[in-house]
Amino acid sequence: METLVLQALSGLASASSLFLVASGLTVIFGVSRIVNFAHGSFYMLGAYLAWTLVTSLPRGHLGFWGGVIGAALGVGLVGLVVEVLLLRRIYRAPELFQLLATFGVVLIVQDLALLAWGAQDLLGPRAPGLRGSTGILGMRFPDYELFLIVVGPVVLGLLLLLFHRTRWGTLVRAATADREMAAALGVNQRLLFTSVFVLGSLLAGLGGALQVPRESVNLHMDLSIIVQAFVVVVVGGLGSLTGAALAALLIGELHAFGILVLPKITLVLVFLVMAVVLVLRPHGLLGRPQDRAQPATGGAEPVIGPAPRPLLRLGAAALLAAVVLPPFAGDYALSVLTEIAILILFAASLHLIMGPGGMASFGHAAYFGMGAYGAALAAKWLAAPMELGLAVAPLAAGLFGLVFGWFCVRLSGVYSAMLTLAFAQITWSVAFQWVELTGGDNGILGVWPAAWATPKLVYYYLTLTLCIGATLLLRRVIHAPFGYALRAQRDSALRAEAIGIDAFRTRWLAFALAAVMAGLAGGLFAYAKGSVFPTFLDIPRSVDALLMVLLGGVQTLSGPIIGAIAYTGLQEQLVRLTDLWRLLLGGVIVALVLFFPQGLAGAARARWETRHGDA
Amino acid sequence: MATLEAEALRKSFGGIEAVRGVSFAVQPGEMLALIGPNGAGKSTCFNMLNGQLRPDAGRVRLAGRDITGLAPRQVWRLGVGRTFQVTATFGSMTVLENVQMALLSHHRRLGGLWTPVRRMDRAPAEALLARLGMAEQAGRPCGILAYGDLKRVELAVALANDPRLLLMDEPTAGMAPPERAALMALTASLARERNIAVLFTEHDMDVVFSHASRVLVLDRGTLIAEGAPAEVRANPRVRQVYLGSGAMQGGY
Amino acid sequence: MLRVTGLSAHYGRAHILDGVALEVGPGEVVVLLGRNGAGKSTTLKAIMGLVPPSAGSLRFLGREIAGREPFEIARLGLGYVPEERRIFHDLTVMENLEVGRRPAPAGMRPWTPERLFALFPGLGALRDRPGGRMSGGEQQMLTIARTLMGNPRLILLDEPSEGLAPVVVERMAEALRALKADGLSILLSEQNLHFARQVGDRATIIEKGRIRWSGAIPELMAAEAVREQYLSV
Repeated sequence: METLVLQALSGLASASSLFLVASGLTVIFGVSRIVNFAHGSFYMLGAYLAWTLVTSLPRGHLGFWGGVIGAALGVGLVGLVVEVLLLRRIYRAPELFQLLATFGVVLIVQDLALLAWGAQDLLGPRAPGLRGSTGILGMRFPDYELFLIVVGPVVLGLLLLLFHRTRWGTLVRAATADREMAAALGVNQRLLFTSVFVLGSLLAGLGGALQVPRESVNLHMDLSIIVQAFVVVVVGGLGSLTGAALAALLIGELHAFGILVLPKITLVLVFLVMAVVLVLRPHGLLGRPQDRAQPATGGAEPVIGPAPRPLLRLGAAALLAAVVLPPFAGDYALSVLTEIAILILFAASLHLIMGPGGMASFGHAAYFGMGAYGAALAAKWLAAPMELGLAVAPLAAGLFGLVFGWFCVRLSGVYSAMLTLAFAQITWSVAFQWVELTGGDNGILGVWPAAWATPKLVYYYLTLTLCIGATLLLRRVIHAPFGYALRAQRDSALRAEAIGIDAFRTRWLAFALAAVMAGLAGGLFAYAKGSVFPTFLDIPRSVDALLMVLLGGVQTLSGPIIGAIAYTGLQEQLVRLTDLWRLLLGGVIVALVLFFPQGLAGAARARWETRHGDA
Repeated sequence: MATLEAEALRKSFGGIEAVRGVSFAVQPGEMLALIGPNGAGKSTCFNMLNGQLRPDAGRVRLAGRDITGLAPRQVWRLGVGRTFQVTATFGSMTVLENVQMALLSHHRRLGGLWTPVRRMDRAPAEALLARLGMAEQAGRPCGILAYGDLKRVELAVALANDPRLLLMDEPTAGMAPPERAALMALTASLARERNIAVLFTEHDMDVVFSHASRVLVLDRGTLIAEGAPAEVRANPRVRQVYLGSGAMQGGY
Repeated sequence: MLRVTGLSAHYGRAHILDGVALEVGPGEVVVLLGRNGAGKSTTLKAIMGLVPPSAGSLRFLGREIAGREPFEIARLGLGYVPEERRIFHDLTVMENLEVGRRPAPAGMRPWTPERLFALFPGLGALRDRPGGRMSGGEQQMLTIARTLMGNPRLILLDEPSEGLAPVVVERMAEALRALKADGLSILLSEQNLHFARQVGDRATIIEKGRIRWSGAIPELMAAEAVREQYLSV
């Protein structure tokens, strides 16, 4: 009994910390509709800044609390800079582009933090006056945790007062509902948005700063918190403060008790809850459907036509080079080329659902990984040969695509994207925690190609044939009635239904088809590497796919191909050139978003069209 | 037999009754106009007829078959074409492709994964566009089309279904007067020629009184008049709530 | 007070406004007449900076306002009441008014909620009612009241009589006449000629984005040919 009470209290403390971060995220989303990936980075910066301030200021109350407040304000300032320099310019850009831009900020902050604070974990001092513990039911509970339990509700109360009892809050709520109308009434919404973003960043910084006495400060804090904060915000309902508080409570307690009851599936639990909530309530606990949503793109999506002749020639030349040159390439180059071919298919498969489908997926790695694990498990447990393994890979991924997709394609926008993430994290957790089957973190080794395909050059040609073939098949599908139906439901669901198109079924099948293709890519990847690991299905790989598609341009068919080549090439080169590749890559991404909002292929297409007049 | 019968349709939103017991029928080849002030429930009525809204009570019958509660795509399969008050077309496709999609759907060939759309149902789509005077626009993307042209694309899409019933929500809004007359004359001749029943809402009384064979007047969710255009025009109640008379005469 | 010359706007490649010129003097009510899609709403939006004008000059109180942000234009004393009303649904009547509140220019008696409730008697009883739970007529009153809270010198009214029951239209006309008596200038777009007659001093007819006719209301009532051609009786 006593243990349970203490466990519940520690759950409350985590919930409180989580709420601080999530509240900032949800406030920012509510007003600007931006899904701010960099929010976790602000949290991490808050922790680092607080560590520096607290350890360098004189000890005592003033030094500590001054340091915490100073860190929060400092992060608010960083938020100001990010908003003014970057976000302000892209409020009208498509949602995913904003996400990409904030992800660029994540990369930049990671390297800057590395430069400033180094790679080792930093331990901060404990809070003065709260070092002790209090007896509760005969057991000791840390005072600092009790303090945190109080902070959450206090912040919630203050925020609710701010939004409902001040003129600023009224203006923010008005601008959230209808930016243009608020502007026509004389509200400087640009200033308003900046102030909201600063407030949100400040809350993230405060959340991070308050963690210093609790845990070590390190470079992984950003991604680990952002995923949890996303879950809280989505479960609570985007933009709802009270919802975020409820969700934080739910997740915090779930964590606390999950460890006691089901230690085996702790990693999965949170995402299972999110999946269940979203299936039952498509807009989260307290969220509402977003009426009068701003159009995702400035104008209509462009028409897809047959490829222009020069592009066909260029593609043919590239393909010819890909066939003729490799015999002269070394083993390393062959590995890179093999990987590029695989990633082209991976990106093209995601493009099918993002471009023509108009859906977002943050968890496409699930199907890539499922293909890889499908092949590897078949090899390990059934001693299946490569040929069979390569058949199992797309089938396994496609099957899961059918099941997961059935849930995901019912939702819309960010909710749908977050559900794809949840399913991806569930599969990742299974791969990670079901050690008996999957080998856990050690992965599955010895997934070798058949004897005839063992030479690197042969395997390269096999990969090239399958990947380019599959990519061309996807292209064919996009030009066929099914692909048109997919675009039709994206352009106008109303019109699509009115002419007999079953939008749900179309999206669902497209999702499954994309999963099949990603699975094939994953299977080929497994045999290329000779092993599979849980990282194959982890978030960074999903992000890779997103980046490739967005870099290339969602609206063009050649986009994912160009994006895959550019991204792999860029990363390869940057890693080789400098240790600060994240900083550079982040900078490049931010620059691309600002200057090539249609992606590389999109920009090329726009140039082509202005030069030749459009069709 | 009537092509469409609405029987005692009712619908409320959040406690407010938008449509309260509306019944009428549309005969083959007939142009039936549904008019009334804004907020009278015209669009709600329309949306219940093709399945976009489920009525709280009442029945909708298409050629005698009960279609109440069917989804819009099922209603389309039974031969109903629809145009929207705010046009809905596929902006990333050309005019021709929009019509091709409707034809492909009508022929149940939308599942195809191999043959490119540009080689399918092209000739009939072109013929249909030519009939509507849109041949020159065939290659233009719908995303950049003028509003009046979009209305025509919607009509072409609806006709591609070889419909027995056309539902047109403000078909001529945003068009110049001569265009309006031409479009409605064309619609009327197609309706006669193919024995299509047409139900339309309209704010332009010129269009209504020169092209409708019969007129229904809706006010606050109830039908207050029904009959030939001349009768309706002379109806004092209609003049009072909609057409206007004396003190607050509306329109021009 | 407001002088618009050569105002043009495009949507994609389509011309929606083509060299629109009009003028509103102090205390004057000018009615912009035309059919659906003629360019009435776009003209008002372009003046307000909500639709970017591609050419032309917009002078308000002697200052050029073309190319400025909507909020700046609003702060100069130009109020805008949209056709779709666009009440903030989650905000109460009082909060809606609060969003519109701006300091009054020197020498002007500032609008207060109480003064507005006297002008629109229906609103006073609904202070804490969320905007989303009001009838169309009440919303139309609120949207005008909200704009007046900014103490504008001139208001742009987009089809205020649209979709309202005749008796509500009567009340609206009365309120507008009271505002005019108070010295407010009004540019309103209308399709309802009778309403226009009741409140307007001058009329300007727009058709396909161009001004076709301008003159005093009595002249328009006398010029049957003009009404027939552009307003299709």
